[in-house]
Amino acid sequence: MKKINNINRAFILLTVLSVMFACERGLSDDVEFASFPTTGDIFTDAPVGLTDEFFVSFDPAGGANPEGFGTDDNEAFEGTSSIRIDVPAPNDPNGGFIGGIFLDRGAGRDLSGYDALTFWARASTTANIGLFGFGTDFGENKFSVGKLNTQLSTDWRKYTIPIPDASKLIQEKGMFIFSAGGLDIIDSVPNGNEIGFTFWIDELRFENLGTVAQPRPRIFNGQDVMQQGFTDTSVTVVGLSQTFNLEDGSNTTVEPAASYFDFKSSNLDVAIVNELGEVSIIGEGTAIITAQLAGVLAEGSLTLEVGGSFDAADTPPVRDPADVISIFSDAYTNVDNLNFAVFNDSDVQIETQNLGGDNIVNYNNLTFVGLGWDGTENVSAMEFLHIDVQVTSSMSPNLTIELIDFGADNADGGGDDTGGGFSVPASQLVEGTWVGIDIPVNGFTLGTGGGFFGSPNLNNISRVVLVSNGGSFAVDNIYFYRD
Amino acid sequence: MKKIFKNRIAAYTLVFTMVLLGCNTDETQTVATFDNLVLEDNFDIDGVIDTTIWNFDIGDGTAQGIPGWGNNELQYYTDRPDNATVENGFLLITAKEEAFNGAQYTSARLQTKNKFQQQYGRFEARIRLPYGQGMWPAFWLLGDDSDGSIWPQIGEIDIMENVGDEPTQIFGTVHGPGYSGAESVSKNYTLENSRVDTEFHVYGIEWGPNYINYYIDDVLYNQITPEDIDEETNGQGEWVFNDRPFYIILNVAVGGNLPGPPNSETEFPQTMLVDYVRVYQQ
Repeated sequence: MKKINNINRAFILLTVLSVMFACERGLSDDVEFASFPTTGDIFTDAPVGLTDEFFVSFDPAGGANPEGFGTDDNEAFEGTSSIRIDVPAPNDPNGGFIGGIFLDRGAGRDLSGYDALTFWARASTTANIGLFGFGTDFGENKFSVGKLNTQLSTDWRKYTIPIPDASKLIQEKGMFIFSAGGLDIIDSVPNGNEIGFTFWIDELRFENLGTVAQPRPRIFNGQDVMQQGFTDTSVTVVGLSQTFNLEDGSNTTVEPAASYFDFKSSNLDVAIVNELGEVSIIGEGTAIITAQLAGVLAEGSLTLEVGGSFDAADTPPVRDPADVISIFSDAYTNVDNLNFAVFNDSDVQIETQNLGGDNIVNYNNLTFVGLGWDGTENVSAMEFLHIDVQVTSSMSPNLTIELIDFGADNADGGGDDTGGGFSVPASQLVEGTWVGIDIPVNGFTLGTGGGFFGSPNLNNISRVVLVSNGGSFAVDNIYFYRD
Repeated sequence: MKKIFKNRIAAYTLVFTMVLLGCNTDETQTVATFDNLVLEDNFDIDGVIDTTIWNFDIGDGTAQGIPGWGNNELQYYTDRPDNATVENGFLLITAKEEAFNGAQYTSARLQTKNKFQQQYGRFEARIRLPYGQGMWPAFWLLGDDSDGSIWPQIGEIDIMENVGDEPTQIFGTVHGPGYSGAESVSKNYTLENSRVDTEFHVYGIEWGPNYINYYIDDVLYNQITPEDIDEETNGQGEWVFNDRPFYIILNVAVGGNLPGPPNSETEFPQTMLVDYVRVYQQ
């Protein structure tokens, strides 16, 4: 055994020696280091270290135009070539806006030695570019940075997008992002009258300028926000920005991703906050959420006063199933495939919440939303529509509840649809308190926002619609019943 | 092996020494001629401004007969610690936005009149400047007026001035009869890859008979001589820098003819940090 061991040792030693000798020949180009390339150049006269198809467009299904991107050998700030971007008009069949990213060809770059993305640009006319930035890789987009609304001139000028905290960028693939829509010379409202134009970008690179200074990070747009919180709910830190003073004395503000910030909760028994700025409320008391960016305290904070959990509405009484037609309640059997928003305006925020087994739905910033389900319900034998509502924003909103009946064809349209509304008295809309509202089924006498004249038929009810002026509501226990 | 190794160290040492020698100051400069330190304030005692060296100018200039300090400046100078104090080895002159005796801003101006005055020598200070539109920090000298002479006859040597919306630029200037105010003789220096408000820089002059040399850090960027004054003023200007001793002023003005007023993006308070002031003579 001993002998064999010695032979093994000799063999190992020999192997080690030969490996060492092999090192003398120098490292192969294929050797991969644990650190990543520090190349700063992105495009000079040609793409540098980018994918062969170095422009990755936003999704054409979302309206992005992938055809307007290319390089131009007749136009350059320096050298022989530049990036040329033809911004389409909104009605361009190939897509009404243009935008996308440049992806690093390899595993990513170490940009920690730089303090800004810089480039030279000019446009065929003075025009506003909606977005320039970097850090978007169409993956996690963890360290994305965007500068909104940069005005380009018709001569070549240099533009600087500061890096909020370069120490985070040790393996970044998202080299550049831009997005641009047509130029509006008439009314600056996006309504289809914009016209296309061209802009060029050259000498695109990360640089260490040494003059990007005076960082001023902000959360909640620099405001100190006070908010009532409830256990087992969450809120997100929004309004993130970082302002730098540049070499020419001007201030530039970028919008960094949450991951650049270090968030902090003053009371971990009340609220915890993760690297994405998501605050989970876990206990009663007060917690102040603050943030730092690269060691600089951000302006703005969120003070959460947590009094407890969000109380559920009273459980409806037990009833004979024949006396109830339930749309949304954990106490009864509901309609099939309830949809909390068959239709809605785009600004309403909808979330469902489970309060110890009782599901509720929250409609925030509500103008209108329609709840729908499979089939229709004959509620003509019922006496009331019940709905539990709690106002959850501090404004005093109004609320109208509408019923829509699909008529004998049991289908949307067809000329036989009817509808009507009931305006909830202000006295029954109380912030922070559930109020049970019982509306006689023949009480929906008002005309509706959708154009119905009121007092709908009750044999083929298909929608319950909530209409407000931007109020926020928690809603539970929507059902028809008779006593 | 060992011997060879030692020799290598010796060789490296030689190369290193040569490099060091190569870094020596160019002997054609006059820097080394003022090597006798006669004034030094390192601002080492927290909370204490040495009044054996420094006076405070107070007010908005009205009492001195020059409202707005002759430049429509907006600040009211005080001697409160809010506006001038010593902390952590630095003199802090802080411009604040606050209503005070009819002004919108307060700041401080320290000078050495009748406490330290000198003709010729090397005057330098290591300073980090404030930033933002409307800031006007300065390190400068005025001539002694005890003989009844008035500005610009007494002369003014601005060792360093900056306007806060140009964070990479400083300028050095002289004012005298025939070349004062907007007609003064001045030169800019622009820092590369550096700023005045994020780093300390040494600002200084070497001043002798018939010359003033301006430098920042190790860069001599301007020399002003009587010939330059003649040239700039078509022979009308008078060289007044061989006549009298001068005293030192450190201040942060807000607004005024040169920088213009602060705007909505100007951040207050703004502080100028002075690490040291040193004066040498021959």
